[in-house]
Amino acid sequence: MQPLTRVEGRAIPLGLKNVDTDIIIPAKWLKTISREGLGAGAFEVLRAEPGNVFDDPAYQGAPILIAGDNYGCGSSREHAAWAMLDLGIRVVIAPSFSDIHSGNAVKNGILPVVLPQEAVDRLLEVAREGLEITVDLEAQTVTTPYQDRFAFEIDPFRKHCLLNGLDEVGLTMARGEAIGAFEASRTAAQPWLMRGTAA
Amino acid sequence: MASRPRTLYEKIWDAHVVEMRDDGTALIYIDRHLVHEVTSPQAFEALKVAGRPVRRPELTLAVPDHNLPTTARLDAKGAPVPIADPESAAQLAALEVNAPAFGIRYIPATAKEQGIVHVVGPEQGFSLPGTTIVCGDSHTACHGGLGALAFGIGTSEVEHVLATQTLLLQQSKPMEVRVDGDLGPGVSAKDLILHIIGRIGAAGGSGYVIEYRGRVFERMTIEERLTVCNMSIEAGARAGLIAPDDTTFAYLNGRPMAPQGTEWDAAVAYWRTLHSDEGAVFAKSVTINAADVEPSVTWGTSPEDVVPIGGLVPHPEDFADESKRVAAQKSLDYMGLVPGTPMTEVPIENVFIGSCTNSRIEDLRAAAAVLKGRCKADNVRWAIVVPGSGLVKAQAEEEGLDKVFIDAGFEWREPGCSACLGMNPDKVPAGERCASTSNRNFVGRQGPGARTHLVSPAMAAAAAVTGRLADVRELV
Repeated sequence: MQPLTRVEGRAIPLGLKNVDTDIIIPAKWLKTISREGLGAGAFEVLRAEPGNVFDDPAYQGAPILIAGDNYGCGSSREHAAWAMLDLGIRVVIAPSFSDIHSGNAVKNGILPVVLPQEAVDRLLEVAREGLEITVDLEAQTVTTPYQDRFAFEIDPFRKHCLLNGLDEVGLTMARGEAIGAFEASRTAAQPWLMRGTAA
Repeated sequence: MASRPRTLYEKIWDAHVVEMRDDGTALIYIDRHLVHEVTSPQAFEALKVAGRPVRRPELTLAVPDHNLPTTARLDAKGAPVPIADPESAAQLAALEVNAPAFGIRYIPATAKEQGIVHVVGPEQGFSLPGTTIVCGDSHTACHGGLGALAFGIGTSEVEHVLATQTLLLQQSKPMEVRVDGDLGPGVSAKDLILHIIGRIGAAGGSGYVIEYRGRVFERMTIEERLTVCNMSIEAGARAGLIAPDDTTFAYLNGRPMAPQGTEWDAAVAYWRTLHSDEGAVFAKSVTINAADVEPSVTWGTSPEDVVPIGGLVPHPEDFADESKRVAAQKSLDYMGLVPGTPMTEVPIENVFIGSCTNSRIEDLRAAAAVLKGRCKADNVRWAIVVPGSGLVKAQAEEEGLDKVFIDAGFEWREPGCSACLGMNPDKVPAGERCASTSNRNFVGRQGPGARTHLVSPAMAAAAAVTGRLADVRELV
């Protein structure tokens, strides 16, 4: 995955709450066995509405999306993150995210930024003016040309992975010995737990 | 040594910590992994590209469900019927090849054990109390009904589990939803979980793992508990679970992948320790009186948009916060509903009984009890029943339930996710309504433009016979 340190650019002022992953990418697009090309189906239902923010020339290619509460709720489909990435979105700012989707986003180099509703409302105003917003992951801040400055929290491990574009699978495979030791103690104490389909 | 009282969630979590990282992230061991065709191909592909094997293939079980058409799988000569949609066919074929290539047990579409992953796991005894269970599907929370810590994951995590049998996780906070008293006649587990989501909201459980506690859950069957836990994700929770008890042990005893003999006894002894300790602290607590719960229906496009069947379509201005008012207006426009309309005056053209929430034998019995000797209303154009697995289907046929459904004008289908998600051929046409026993009423969920009203199986049956949303208590 691509490292993410600082993103500067215009922001798509969606603002809607409870944007579910069926909205981000409907099920009919999930039949693919690849991660590519899902941008074509991204936000399809919203894009069918005339005057929608996604097709507004003012926000073309904007790397930041601003949404309402509970962004990415519903289905666990990582296709939602792949679709957003395909649209060029690298940062989503919202008052809250679904647990699964925010994890999927980070694993694809997309930064979920949680800010209070008032801050999100302010950023929506700035975005609607077509002005650029700066998201600095290192400093954990979102800033605007009006000198607004909002600090955000992020789990240190996620930050580390995003800044360095790390492959979690590789990191964990390096802990194979610790996992093996855990498995050995389980096999001794509770062998039935380790049988699974071989029971 | 006296230790701090712990919640059930904390006990299961603690038992699965392989190691803690300095940054507070835990490496958590995963006991059971369910795989289906939609969220796994990219994970298998990544393993192949990196030359990584599956660490513990026997801890993963693969079964196709999302894409499968629910029409006959074998032709008159007993040969498999080809899947018409080429993309679906390719995705199903990928799983059929990937699972055995990595040494993973695969249940084919034509096997009687095939079904929706969340029906198959408990049914086979693959899902067990106290285990960590994951699947690339948000409704994995379902297995919490057996006292497991079960949750949905994305495809990168599917790959992570296949390669390492672990996940890197941050611990969630424990939340309690307590329901005391007794549910009234005609009020089901589905009505209760819809009521709970309506009360706490679609993000009310965000950051939490919910433990459902109290007399109502203790008295529930396992299938009812699976229904409740299934929809925890609809309240935003990472997972939902219910402490295992004698009901759980009786359900699991003798299932094909459950422990046997002396191992069974040891397992039960361990499972009996899996409950929240006296004095354990929950970060958030919600109490509901069971007597307040009525048959529930949704009016909007979020599972939190719940009203009792006797209620009215709300006015957007009834909502306190601005973003909810905007969302409510958008929902009403999409749903084609006028504020103030009694829910029982909303006509229904489609009825879907199925999904990982409500496709088990008790669900089919509840619907059939309402339908027996009755027929669907003329304005109900399409009514289907999709059993959760081949075993559920066979059991229902043995009990003659298929006859009841067919006589009432329903189609009796093969197992799969069906009309829950608008991915396979079973879809609700644009602009039409569906009384659905599934779990999501999102925009376009059951097909582009489809309008979903979430209900219990008995309420879906009531809608079928009356041709509108109806209070099942007036029919029994």
